[in-house]
Amino acid sequence: MGRETLGDKIIFGFLCIWAAVQIFPLYWMLTFSLKSNSEIFGDNIIGIPREWLWSNYEAAMTVGNMAKYFLNSFIVTGCTVILTAIIGIMATYGLTRMVWRGRKAANNLIMLGLTIPVHAAILPVFIVLTNLKMTNSYQALIVPYTAFALSMAILIGNSFIEGLPKELEEAACIDGCSVYGIFGRIVLPLMRPALSTIVIFTFLNAWNELMFAVIFISDSAHRTLPVGIQTLSGSYTTDWGPIGAALVLATFPVLILYCFMSGKIQESLIRGAIKG
Amino acid sequence: MDKVMKNKTAIFLFMFPAALLFTTIIIIPIVMSGYYSLLKWNGFTDVDFIGLGNYIELFTSKSAGFPRTIGNVMLFTAMSVFIQLPIALALALILSRKIRGEKFFVAVFFFPVLMSTVVIGQLWMKIYNPDYGIINSALRFLGLESLTRVWLGDQNTALMAVFIPMLWQYIGYHMLLMYAGVKSIPVEMKEASYIDGATELQITRYITIPLLKPVIRVCVIFAVTGSLKAFDLIYVLTKGGPAHASEVPSTLMVSMIFLRNRYGFGSSIAIFIIFICFFFAILIKKIFKTEVD
Repeated sequence: MGRETLGDKIIFGFLCIWAAVQIFPLYWMLTFSLKSNSEIFGDNIIGIPREWLWSNYEAAMTVGNMAKYFLNSFIVTGCTVILTAIIGIMATYGLTRMVWRGRKAANNLIMLGLTIPVHAAILPVFIVLTNLKMTNSYQALIVPYTAFALSMAILIGNSFIEGLPKELEEAACIDGCSVYGIFGRIVLPLMRPALSTIVIFTFLNAWNELMFAVIFISDSAHRTLPVGIQTLSGSYTTDWGPIGAALVLATFPVLILYCFMSGKIQESLIRGAIKG
Repeated sequence: MDKVMKNKTAIFLFMFPAALLFTTIIIIPIVMSGYYSLLKWNGFTDVDFIGLGNYIELFTSKSAGFPRTIGNVMLFTAMSVFIQLPIALALALILSRKIRGEKFFVAVFFFPVLMSTVVIGQLWMKIYNPDYGIINSALRFLGLESLTRVWLGDQNTALMAVFIPMLWQYIGYHMLLMYAGVKSIPVEMKEASYIDGATELQITRYITIPLLKPVIRVCVIFAVTGSLKAFDLIYVLTKGGPAHASEVPSTLMVSMIFLRNRYGFGSSIAIFIIFICFFFAILIKKIFKTEVD
């Protein structure tokens, strides 16, 4: 198979064109975030910016409040990821290693959660949050995000823990280790790969979530990035530069993460979908 | 060992947080939604029990526009399965042939999957902008002034205009899943048939694709339930407009509940969305099962 045939060259050319189509919107976003309106609207629609307007980024960060939204997203996503990982792994252990009546049924119920759309819960949760005066708070997002991330986390955990030999745990048990000791000192360290898969999965979903965020949060102090960008584009309808800057800023953390660990991220999403 | 694993306190401690969250945020709210869907209720006072009245209105009322949202969402689903997945499959098959720059292409095609839908929506809004967007600018540049449109504001084009960014974003996801699936097929199987004189097309048709069925099934389920639940991109791009041209059940639900305070009617849409997601998930599993057997 080694040598490149004409067919391979044609296919390679096709892939390059497809890649260009795929990248072009991103390239355009990056360039218009650094341009003035006059360049975007006529002089220089698709070229590299003639004058690099970093002030667009400054405007997005300060006037556009992006710095605050960024921090909010960071807090909400961070807490969701940590809670989901801890609670998910604990439940995985309880469901797969502990022995109790009804655990199969509990597991099936949790797996049903994978198919349940968030729409189903939004109104009742909203009513409860309103009655508790808890809308416009970080918890209003963290708690529902964690609940809806749990099914996937447990699924990933279950399929991973199946591959771990029970002998280690049995040996520890004979040595007099308590169930908490077995969990904390033996199972948890062995589950590290599953944990990172859960973290990546949950991070992406929470970082990008819109529906809960747009309905549960109405003040600017708690807005997350997706809602913040929506607001920003409403107030900067004619000035495209700062909006472009906001879009780039929101994408940047994901891009950096992807540059350093694209293999791990791809693997996580594959594992979440297939093995689980 | 068994005794340790039957420790009731430990079981309670391990399961309690997950059980609590799952029950309070998912199970009870679904039951509540089911109950609300039987009410005529504006969220404040005036609670009237009207039985299946909301469901009857869903399917009979012209002004609420629900049947149209079903039509739209079915169109999205069909396009995802019959346009998006075949392209993804083709890309996956091509990329797994040890092509030059394989890793690079996979990374590029996959990246949009990781982006926020709001960012993608806002970006495409600019692309579609009637005055300064690149599509209309390009058409003008090519002298095709007559083809320029208000893409998102035109009843004839709004639905397609929403679908294209969806395609652009998620093709990479399906491609990645299928690519991983192809890669996990043992090389020996292909080599054996190669030695037996099978052409590459035959190998793809009779060996690779059949072995890929479980992965394709997962992709179909994701594509279908993803389309049925679609909200973000439509909300950002058109909010269901113009004149409900791109409305789907989830956007209609949000506007009924949170803009028009029709809590009962909105809940019946929510219940319908759950129902239809389960229905299709089971249906797809059945279809693929009979084919495999």
